[in-house]
Amino acid sequence: MLTLILILLPLLTAIGIFFIRERRWVRNLALAAALIEFGISIAALIQYFLYCHCLLLFRLEWLAEYGISLKFGMDGLSMLMTLLTTFLVPIVIYVSFGQKVVRPSSFYSLIILMQAGLIGVFTSFDGMVFYIFWELTLIPAYFIAGYWGGENRIRITLKFFAYTFSGSLLMLVAIIYLYFRTPLPHSFDHIWLYASNLNPGEQIWVFLAFFIAFAIKVPVFPFHTWQPDTYVTAPYSGSMLLGGLMSKMGLFGMIRWMIPITYSVLNRTDGLFIIFPVIGIVYASLIVIRQDDLKRFIAYTSIAHLGLVAAGAMALNAQAMQGAMIQMVSHGINIVGLFIIIQYIELRTKTTSIRELGGIALKAPRLAIFFMIILLGSIALPLTNGFVGEFLILLGLFKYNVVFAAVSGLTIIFSAVYMLWMYQRVMLGNTNAVTESFTDLSWKEMMPLIAIVILVIWIGVFPGMFMKLAENGVGQIIGVVR
Amino acid sequence: MNSIISLSVLGVLVLFLGILKKKTWLLPFILVGLMTSLVMTVLHWNMNRSLFHNMLIIDNTGVAFSAVMIFSTFLIFMFAAQYYRKVTRPLDDIYAIMIFALIGAVLMSYFGNLIMLFIGIETLSIALYVLAGSHKEAITSNEATLKYFLLGSFLSGFLLFGIALIYGSSGSFDLYAIHTYVVEHIHQGLPPMFKAGLFLLIIGLSFKIAIAPFHFWAPDVYEGTPTLLTAFMASVVKTASVVAMYRFFSITFFGIHGVWEMTVAILAGITIVIGNVTGLYQPNLKRMLAYSSISHSGYMMLAMVAFSGRTANALLFYAVAYSIATIAAFAILILIREARGNDYFGSFNGIAKNNRIEAFTLAVAMLSLTGIPPLAGFIGKYFLFAAAIEQGWLWLVIIAIAGSAISVGYYFKPIIAMYFREDQGTILQAGRPFKISILFLTILTLLLGVLPFLLSGLI
Repeated sequence: MLTLILILLPLLTAIGIFFIRERRWVRNLALAAALIEFGISIAALIQYFLYCHCLLLFRLEWLAEYGISLKFGMDGLSMLMTLLTTFLVPIVIYVSFGQKVVRPSSFYSLIILMQAGLIGVFTSFDGMVFYIFWELTLIPAYFIAGYWGGENRIRITLKFFAYTFSGSLLMLVAIIYLYFRTPLPHSFDHIWLYASNLNPGEQIWVFLAFFIAFAIKVPVFPFHTWQPDTYVTAPYSGSMLLGGLMSKMGLFGMIRWMIPITYSVLNRTDGLFIIFPVIGIVYASLIVIRQDDLKRFIAYTSIAHLGLVAAGAMALNAQAMQGAMIQMVSHGINIVGLFIIIQYIELRTKTTSIRELGGIALKAPRLAIFFMIILLGSIALPLTNGFVGEFLILLGLFKYNVVFAAVSGLTIIFSAVYMLWMYQRVMLGNTNAVTESFTDLSWKEMMPLIAIVILVIWIGVFPGMFMKLAENGVGQIIGVVR
Repeated sequence: MNSIISLSVLGVLVLFLGILKKKTWLLPFILVGLMTSLVMTVLHWNMNRSLFHNMLIIDNTGVAFSAVMIFSTFLIFMFAAQYYRKVTRPLDDIYAIMIFALIGAVLMSYFGNLIMLFIGIETLSIALYVLAGSHKEAITSNEATLKYFLLGSFLSGFLLFGIALIYGSSGSFDLYAIHTYVVEHIHQGLPPMFKAGLFLLIIGLSFKIAIAPFHFWAPDVYEGTPTLLTAFMASVVKTASVVAMYRFFSITFFGIHGVWEMTVAILAGITIVIGNVTGLYQPNLKRMLAYSSISHSGYMMLAMVAFSGRTANALLFYAVAYSIATIAAFAILILIREARGNDYFGSFNGIAKNNRIEAFTLAVAMLSLTGIPPLAGFIGKYFLFAAAIEQGWLWLVIIAIAGSAISVGYYFKPIIAMYFREDQGTILQAGRPFKISILFLTILTLLLGVLPFLLSGLI
């Protein structure tokens, strides 16, 4: 039941907010709804651990004669991703208070609608319902980036939409195809889809359709070309939602749907498809060096980091997959933190160019500390959240294939150098004309960063609860694969 | 039968109202009359009988499609007041002809005999030729009616010739008699005369549905025809032609669909590609909607190809979803034309700023036509794709998918213009009834997407 409330509450709030005109009301209501949503997800977490590992299942027939039912539930994977979503959305909303948003009712309505879609994606256990929510997130994302975005937004967001929509359509065909290969009477239920009966030839095609759809969303090399432009042009709230949450949909889809259904393709092709994310890691890490724009910088590091997660997910062993789950959460938290800091910098200096900045640490020590902690988290220093996930992924990947593990591990470490170099150029040194009048963070501004830093350290030092959730979820998937 | 009689009476009464010069009574009277005949049509539900020696067969498929077409006409008449706001001359003739065209459409969803099919198509077409030219001062309207009439009567010839050849080989116009003939002769191969007749019949119907390569009339005729009547063409006429094709195939070839499937499959594939690709290059919304209607003909043919017990239902759902979205789009088009004088995509710039409901309606319509969940258009597409994949037409589904992906390129043009581009802030002159009507269409699109079972288990 809680699962259903988690989806319905934002859905109804989004519709309600859409019709409210009063500016202050709209944003406070949006924030309140997001916080209540977070509270409910905590309640779901408690329930999950009390009645240990059961699914908080909700089921309702929808199109019975076509085998579609509204089936929502929470296993470890859903729980982790739902917590991430409900944690980040209030932060995204709160941070947007700092900007002057035109048409706030539409803006906050779309953000909350996107939250509903995301939770639907993470909790649906019916293939077709999963697809419907998957597409439902695309519309708000498109409008947020398109309406409140910056330069060239029309061209860039249309490219983003066309890319992801084409991938989704391939997935739609694959899901329907699978449906007719499930035992009679056909059903879209995940257990039935896992049990679908495909011959090796069909499996490759279904796998490819899933892989392309998810790879576009993450994005995995070579389907990443929409991503840097979109992150740059989208407003900060949009970039946070895209980078922090929407990219996780692709990875989550791989673990929940692609791998249990078509793992044998991964087995047979012997790592052929892991090459793509690994190339992506190297490629993005190399490109990062030349980036001057902070948002674009983060976009490329995100390709590298999520490439590692994708590689871990496809390595087909429990450790790497568990690491992938943890790293998805960590990356979501870290990238939102980084975007918040860049937003604060841009608010004060009107620029995101690394070259023009410098010496901010002298003027704003608080900002510098937060920036440093989150940065350390994303370069995976021990005792921060990034370490737990990346360590497990690399461990699992090492078991699978030493070369992949070595290449991606070394590259990730190498890219840490660039992130620290970026920090040095932005924060350290002497102030210049642009950063001279830089003011430090106020308490109001620090609130979301404090929340993020707490989680960065919490997951780094006491990963137990998160590991437990990931273990439970991954256990089932690995069980299917074996 | 109820619907045919009630609509005929309504049409004649409308003409009488015109003679009495009761201009203000006209629209309310028509709306009430259409509602009445809608109710009378639905009363035939589960009746299953045939009339006049199988000339008309009243079955649930026919009833459902007739109801949908009467309802679509009702929706279109809701926008008539706005569209003809500045016209002072009496309009009873145009309205009456629309209702007569609707009678033709209803006949096409009930026929059990090829003669009846021909009568239905001609009733519909001749009315349409007049309607296309009803804006007689405009040169484009004249062009539209001339083109439509010349090509239409030419292809009616094909249709008639096809019917004659089928009669020549099977000895009957009756669909069930033809079915018996086909069953008896399928094993030693159908004679070439029958096949030729079938082929000509498919061509004749394809022209009415606007299936490539018989679609060339559509963009020009759509563009020239007065917008309100284009909406009628794009929704009611298309639904009628599709259901006619469905009836012919489902009864005549019951159980043996291999004869025609490949032909229609190829036509469907060509139509989807041509409709979507050419749609990308259209400069204005009206022409774009013409190509959109062509590509949706292709999708509906997909359901026809993947023939099964669920085809009628899939077609019904698709026709409803498509008609609602198309009528909504044409309604907004009427407003834009009124405010800006044209419907080039540039005219849509910044509309969303001051006209939230109108922009939202058009956006939802476009997204529904693209097939984005949770809107009605997605569920319609899902039914078609699922049926086609079930029957093993995977290559055709891949073409359809590619077409859907391409269609983003043009369906998003008005959305981008309305929401993302700036302008000096046009205010559209829409009255309250108009706004309520378009809001109703939007809600209907959402409702059918979220609760598809309202319509999906019907026939």
